[in-house]
Amino acid sequence: MRIVVIGATSTIAEHCCRLWVARQACDLVLVARNAAKAGRVAADLQVRSPASTIDVIETDFRDAAAIGRLASKTAALPIDIVLIAHGALPEQSLCENDLLVCRDALEVNAVSPALFAEAFAGHFAKAGRGTIAIIGSVAGDRGRKANYTYGACKGLVARYAEGLEHRFAGTGVRVVLIKPGPTDTPMAARHLASGRRLASVEDVARAMVRGIDAKRPVVYAPAQWALIMLVVRHLPRFIFNRLNL
Amino acid sequence: MRRVSSWGRLSAPPHEVIKLGDRGNIAAELARGRPGIAYGLGRSYGDECLNPDGVLWCTAGLDRFIRFDEASGRLICEAGVVLRDIQRLAIPRGWGLPVLPGTQFVTVGGAIANDVHGKNHHETGTFGDHVTSLRLLRTDGQEIVCGPNLRPDWFAASAGGLGLTGLIVEAELQLRRLPGPWLNTETIPYSGLDEFFRLSQESHPVWEHVVSWIDCTSGDPVRGLFMRANPVAGPAVGERGTWRERRLAMPLVPPVSLVNRLTLKPLNKLYWTMNKRHRGRRVAHYEPFLFPLDGILDWNRLYGPAGFYQYQCVVPREAGSVPIHEMLGAISRSGEGSVLAVLKSFGNRWPLGLLSFARPGVTLALDFQNRPGVETLFERLDAIVSAAGGRLYPAKDARMPRSIFEAGYPRLGEFLGYRDPGMSSAMSRRLIGS
Repeated sequence: MRIVVIGATSTIAEHCCRLWVARQACDLVLVARNAAKAGRVAADLQVRSPASTIDVIETDFRDAAAIGRLASKTAALPIDIVLIAHGALPEQSLCENDLLVCRDALEVNAVSPALFAEAFAGHFAKAGRGTIAIIGSVAGDRGRKANYTYGACKGLVARYAEGLEHRFAGTGVRVVLIKPGPTDTPMAARHLASGRRLASVEDVARAMVRGIDAKRPVVYAPAQWALIMLVVRHLPRFIFNRLNL
Repeated sequence: MRRVSSWGRLSAPPHEVIKLGDRGNIAAELARGRPGIAYGLGRSYGDECLNPDGVLWCTAGLDRFIRFDEASGRLICEAGVVLRDIQRLAIPRGWGLPVLPGTQFVTVGGAIANDVHGKNHHETGTFGDHVTSLRLLRTDGQEIVCGPNLRPDWFAASAGGLGLTGLIVEAELQLRRLPGPWLNTETIPYSGLDEFFRLSQESHPVWEHVVSWIDCTSGDPVRGLFMRANPVAGPAVGERGTWRERRLAMPLVPPVSLVNRLTLKPLNKLYWTMNKRHRGRRVAHYEPFLFPLDGILDWNRLYGPAGFYQYQCVVPREAGSVPIHEMLGAISRSGEGSVLAVLKSFGNRWPLGLLSFARPGVTLALDFQNRPGVETLFERLDAIVSAAGGRLYPAKDARMPRSIFEAGYPRLGEFLGYRDPGMSSAMSRRLIGS
């Protein structure tokens, strides 16, 4: 199994890697903004699975040319899965008050994952196989005042995944969009209100790996969010706009 | 602010929770200027891991292995790694942790900070005996690497140091060779403390894991089940050798404690009857033998919204069986009691940590529902423990008076010189004054 992980230092991605190497020795390529941090993740995975091969590549997630080069370089060998997992949950109020923060959030969470997906899609199209797994969010299902900048980014990612899925229908290339609910990661802990029930990273990672195995086009993790978001998406405006969600 | 409890669920005060994830930037998180305490999996029972209205540095995200040498059994890992994960990594490779406490859901940092012991204390000592080095970050930015052969004074202060000498970031552990996950076990029903002491004495030279359950409601003579085990290569042909991980979970907090005056006796009787059936020898997986309570996730919820206390003391060997006898009598008279009372003899070795708990003697551990009047019983027990020259286990404690702590830990004065003033917990303020 050869897996490329974009944003490999994200807690959720790291736990997916742990599950993958626990099953069988893998050939992992960890792509991250910070090579030192990714090196610590790689060392851990190597202890868990001495037979795996783990490489770390540092790259700038906002440089389209670098993304293209990285995809070409890693696609020189066949890839089974690319997991696009990077992101940074911005503070909504900062996005509202500072357009530079807002632009950064849009670039990191929306434009960058779309570019990675597009870059790998080209290589997978040629190979005729491979799974593109992208982390979206339940926040992308409907814009809410609490986090619409992040939600809009994840909405773009969802629509992009949908388009790729359509493009590759009938081929060996699969697209899996994962939508985690609020998860107990350091990223979420900084922003989410207290008292909120958070899903454990282990549970979310397990649901993701299962969904990727089954090549399901959309995976809610944990699964109950499918039902919750079904309701949230269909709430009429006159009700939704009065809710403090 | 987030509400956080410890294992006893006696309170859930708000904390500023800082989740540590990358060991590369811990120093920055520590340097924020507000005192705090490390929090791993929250398995200490009382207020050792709590800091109401203050900072908690959560170490569960520091869960990376760093290096494992399969030839020597040396493992380097971050402090938030859970003992269960070390076992699962090491056992298939022929290694295992030499010391395991009664639950495997504790972090390496917590196991060091409490210098925990297991059922094999007479053979392998405490957790700290197998730490070859640890890296400590102080809130003033100073980094201290210490071990038994490297700045041993810092090591003796930090092993069993209640998290007060700085934040343990990573540790190197010496694992030991193990043939696999199986244990040859034997269960022996016994009656009376004399028989317990005789069984302990007879078992220590030949059995690695030795522990006993006692029915503290059974009156005099006390009845109990003595359990002992040795690692074994695997189940012999014809023996049941399969083990599937099965966990029940306590899904909610019942409105009243399910362990109470009405259920205490029946529950003890049930445990006695159920487990007496297993008398004799059999091969068992180490997990159900060493961690019987891990089979029920969130079992601490059984005690209801008010939570529970655990009382664990050790009384010196020289005091003989008298203090244990007196304590069991006091408990029986009070009408309080515990379902999972544990009685165990420690080995004849002193721990390396200045504030380590395990010392030569006999240890008794009991759970008590939190209800009005239980403190009166504790005061009675405290008096017996201090008259015998014993001490209480801070990892389990939520209420011991400062005088009892000071009397039980005569090296406290030495310890204070290594204290990180930026590390503070509800326990440190209660027992040390800051």
